[in-house]
Amino acid sequence: MQIQKTRKIEALTSNYAVAYAVKAADVDVIAVYPITPQTTIVEKLSEFVANGELNAELIHVESEHSALSAVVGASAAGARVFTATSSQGLELAHEVLHIASGMRLPIVMAVPTRAVSAPISIHNDYGDVMNARDVGWVIYIAASAQEVYDTVIQAYRLAERALLPVIVAYDGFLMSHTVEPVELNDEEEVRKFLPRTPRPYTLNPRRPVTMGPLTSPDWYYEFKYQQVLALQEAYKIAKDVDAEYSRAFGRGYGVVEAYRMEDADYAIVTYGGTAYGNAKAAADLARERGIAAGVVRIRLYRPFPTADVLKAISGVKALAVLDRAIMFGGPAEGPLYRDLATAMYMSGLDKPAVNVIHGIGQRTMYVEDLYKIYTMLREGPRKEAVFMGVRI
Amino acid sequence: MTLPRATELPIGAVVTEPGSTRRYSTAGWRTLKPVIHDDKCVRCQLCWLYCPEGTIAEVRGVFKVGGRSYDVKYEIIYDHCKGCGICANECPTKAIEMVPEAP
Repeated sequence: MQIQKTRKIEALTSNYAVAYAVKAADVDVIAVYPITPQTTIVEKLSEFVANGELNAELIHVESEHSALSAVVGASAAGARVFTATSSQGLELAHEVLHIASGMRLPIVMAVPTRAVSAPISIHNDYGDVMNARDVGWVIYIAASAQEVYDTVIQAYRLAERALLPVIVAYDGFLMSHTVEPVELNDEEEVRKFLPRTPRPYTLNPRRPVTMGPLTSPDWYYEFKYQQVLALQEAYKIAKDVDAEYSRAFGRGYGVVEAYRMEDADYAIVTYGGTAYGNAKAAADLARERGIAAGVVRIRLYRPFPTADVLKAISGVKALAVLDRAIMFGGPAEGPLYRDLATAMYMSGLDKPAVNVIHGIGQRTMYVEDLYKIYTMLREGPRKEAVFMGVRI
Repeated sequence: MTLPRATELPIGAVVTEPGSTRRYSTAGWRTLKPVIHDDKCVRCQLCWLYCPEGTIAEVRGVFKVGGRSYDVKYEIIYDHCKGCGICANECPTKAIEMVPEAP
């Protein structure tokens, strides 16, 4: 792909980075319902539409259930669509998540993550998006405003190729409302990267079809199996899209990021903003203090990048899996830990791994706290989960 | 009948042919089927009215039953009848009998 690189750097929050990426992707329909900390995305998009910078239909709806339903309808009609939500809004839209993936609609939704009630918290953890991890959507978890911008553009390409809806998640407030420098692509180049390709079926009066019909026991299972295959295929497509994006715009991330993992004895495996800044700083600190430490960041959470994660951790003596969400009552409380334990078990890789729950409701984790995880790993294996930072 | 495999079906369960429901038999789970005894039927139309699936057909013609002549008769469309028995329950002359399906 021929690129004409024009460097344009803006100071943006991750939420504004989403809005700029959506504008560059030239979406047709946006459904908006405000919920903290997502609101400023659709505020910015409203501004773009009002100023004539983005030619899109912006629909004000009465709930998140309606927001996602509206983009389901628009996407079924062939439009490129966008919506965003967080926390309770994502829970309210949960029913429609299944409908969007079952109908195989290439919807892109931004989710700056937020803790789920009760008690009410507007602050960050990943409890909301983790409740949506098994509904047939592709889920990216980005770790910087730049990556948020790049990932939203990649998400459209992946969604439209795999015919799957995509969530782009990132830390609420810690990223959604903090400003970083973001290099913006030339919008014409983005539109070349996202050509409008006809879909096999859209709602069209000249070629009538029925979408989301009733199925009997003779048919339903086959369509669900199609989704299994689609998610497996999406793993490969996500890697291809990232490589193509990297060639076109000079920035690529892979599906898993490994930091100082070449010779690491002890690893922290995690996702989101923690993995981008503090965990890397903690690994540097640990290395200064004589521990061969590294960080593995999961960027593509669904489909789970099993092969890439296992490759990244294959050389370590022990690892800690950090979860910023709690799955109550399971064999382990952290969702990523359960995914990784399953992946290791299925491949026969046996590494001591401890589950660390942290940052629930935006409880602060300092670099020193993360450094202590490396010293804990060095002390020897432990089975029980660590609830770091809670008053017990 | 061999049904198509998962990979042979349209992506996302799209029904690509308008009106194909007509060919879609929805009677697979029926265990009892209604049988109309035309000699007891007084053409009150209640079965036709109450059937939730519209599976009772009103057929026009000249029908002589016993000593009487009717210009209409009722028939069950067994491709779509689910065997709920509402018609038999509503029939004021007990002209509809629910009979077990042949296994």
